[in-house]
Amino acid sequence: MKRSILAALGLATGLALPAAAEDIKVGLLLPFSGVYASLGGEIETGFNLGLADFATDAGVTFEIVREDTEVSPPVGLAKTRKLILQDEVDVLVGIVSSGVLGAVRDFVDGAGVPLIVANAGNDEATGVACSPYITRMSFSNGQVNRPMGTWMAEQGIGKVFTLAPDYAAGRQMIEAFAETYTAAGGEIVGQEYTPFQKTQDFGPYLAQASASGADAVFVFYAGGEAIAFVKQYDSFGLNETLPLYGSGFLTSPLYVNAQGEAAEGVITALHYAPTIESDANQAFVAAYVAETGRVPSEFAVQGYDAARALVEAVQSGATDRDSLANALRQVNFDGPRGALRIDPATNNVIQPIYVYETVAGENGLTQRVIAQLPAEADPVNGCVMAPVSN
Amino acid sequence: MAHDLGFWVLQALNALQLSMLLFLLSIGLTVIFGLMHFVNLAHGSLYAMGAYVAASLAAVGGYWMGFFLAPVAVAGVGVLLYSGLIRRMRRAGPMAQVLVTFGLIFALLDLTRIIWGDLALAIDVPASLSGRLTLLGIEYPVYRLFIIALGVAIFATLAFVLGRTQIGAMIRAGVDNDCMAACLGINVERLFFIVFCVGCGLAGLSGAVAAPLLSVTPDMGLQILIPTLIVIVIGGLGSLRGAIAGSLIYGFVQTFGAVLAPQLASVLIYALLAAVLVIKPVGLFPAKG
Repeated sequence: MKRSILAALGLATGLALPAAAEDIKVGLLLPFSGVYASLGGEIETGFNLGLADFATDAGVTFEIVREDTEVSPPVGLAKTRKLILQDEVDVLVGIVSSGVLGAVRDFVDGAGVPLIVANAGNDEATGVACSPYITRMSFSNGQVNRPMGTWMAEQGIGKVFTLAPDYAAGRQMIEAFAETYTAAGGEIVGQEYTPFQKTQDFGPYLAQASASGADAVFVFYAGGEAIAFVKQYDSFGLNETLPLYGSGFLTSPLYVNAQGEAAEGVITALHYAPTIESDANQAFVAAYVAETGRVPSEFAVQGYDAARALVEAVQSGATDRDSLANALRQVNFDGPRGALRIDPATNNVIQPIYVYETVAGENGLTQRVIAQLPAEADPVNGCVMAPVSN
Repeated sequence: MAHDLGFWVLQALNALQLSMLLFLLSIGLTVIFGLMHFVNLAHGSLYAMGAYVAASLAAVGGYWMGFFLAPVAVAGVGVLLYSGLIRRMRRAGPMAQVLVTFGLIFALLDLTRIIWGDLALAIDVPASLSGRLTLLGIEYPVYRLFIIALGVAIFATLAFVLGRTQIGAMIRAGVDNDCMAACLGINVERLFFIVFCVGCGLAGLSGAVAAPLLSVTPDMGLQILIPTLIVIVIGGLGSLRGAIAGSLIYGFVQTFGAVLAPQLASVLIYALLAAVLVIKPVGLFPAKG
């Protein structure tokens, strides 16, 4: 008798709890260990800053469950399963590596859980492998390089030698650049792909670039390879004779200071530079510097905007997985990067691209924005999905 | 593309520079293996540690402080490793040794991340070695020439010590037959200890030397491990001649492969490795006949 009263009491209190709809459970899937741990840290800091800035008046509380992908596709998939099945998250945010994104894509799509991609740039993720549940707030590999091809040709640079690591991202970045560059009248006089993460010494390739008769070199490298490349490029004295251009990851604010003087004068294009002149960006940079003591990188702004997109989706009335996924596809706002909106045809972000030069500043290196190139939607690339429902 | 002579001289220097960097790293590993029959897969992690220590010291006292003290610090880490772990594992068999040192790679990788963080560090080339030198009609960075010279100097020193001194004779005796060497009154265990520490110090030195050229990142030790293993397998375990030959082969194949057959650049060296393993499994210049 006593037991059944207790049980009834328990049931009653259980029912009396506030409805769970006001809590949004977020699964943060980032590499916190392994080679991309620094990127994971940047994105997480940006994401938390975004929630702090925008979520206060959203009327809901966000509960975050962190999981470490270790940049490994099988681990990423296992952690995704855990977040969806065990933690029952409403939305997933993160993913740095395109390999991990490829591994979790089918499970996320099948489970119908919205995923906000905060880095992985593989073109296919918003192309043939697109999903109404996967929205990308970061960039696509082609998107950040296509406008640069046209721009460089317009600057009168007639012949270019390209270099990139030999893997999917390297090829997509260079191919997108080459496509618009040659369409605008430029000529690619040489193209090399270096063994990915196996090339310590770029000397052999630099000698080829130098002998190719090109007017400039266009490259994509990131992380440790970017640091080594820029330093070696400078040590051979090529900076003086053969200007270096590239995808902006080459001189990311995250590690440009490790390149030192060698990075001065390198001109690159990317969807973000911390010196963009706008109120939204200045506020973001100030908040980020106060938090970490460093200027934010493109990775930090991707995390920040992912948080903002999530908050905007919730504010538009979305409460569960399906309505969140639908609302995320219609997000648009003016952020540190300028005007952002999601392309409903591919779920990729549409954003302006900035051409900037790395120059010496008061405290180390800084970025001088040379041009803002207009936002362009990616080609659909075979993406077929249901239109946004209203 | 037709290239002039200067282009090929430049590429030869590039190849030589890469070879010397690998030589500094592989000589320690190969002699430790030859003498102790001990597979130390964590050798690459010691190289990364050398680079990190050098970067920290260079920030305080300039490049040369890092250059001279990083090998000492890494040799100190070697002392700790030897007394804490390696000595216990001496008789454990190769599989246990491989597993323990493989685990050590990840432990040391995370240790460097905890101490120095995830962000890449850098060292500037010292003023005396910056700039370029005109040589045979081409301009070549002085720092790279310095690496080549350092590699040659270390090779000459080691060749002298191993070939002409008493301790060298003892080491050669130990590599040849450690039981017999012990019977003849050589303290083989102490010899192991010294060789292990010197090997670690050389790994630290190569880290300090590579740091201004490459970037100092937590995974640099993992990236260099495979090339180093290829060098000692091609060259033959345990011998100085094997280490230098393996390094030169690796450096030239990698560099000229990238120029002449870029599509095959990453496969070429592995194909060569496979060929050596099939035709001469002990390597080109093994220490034991």
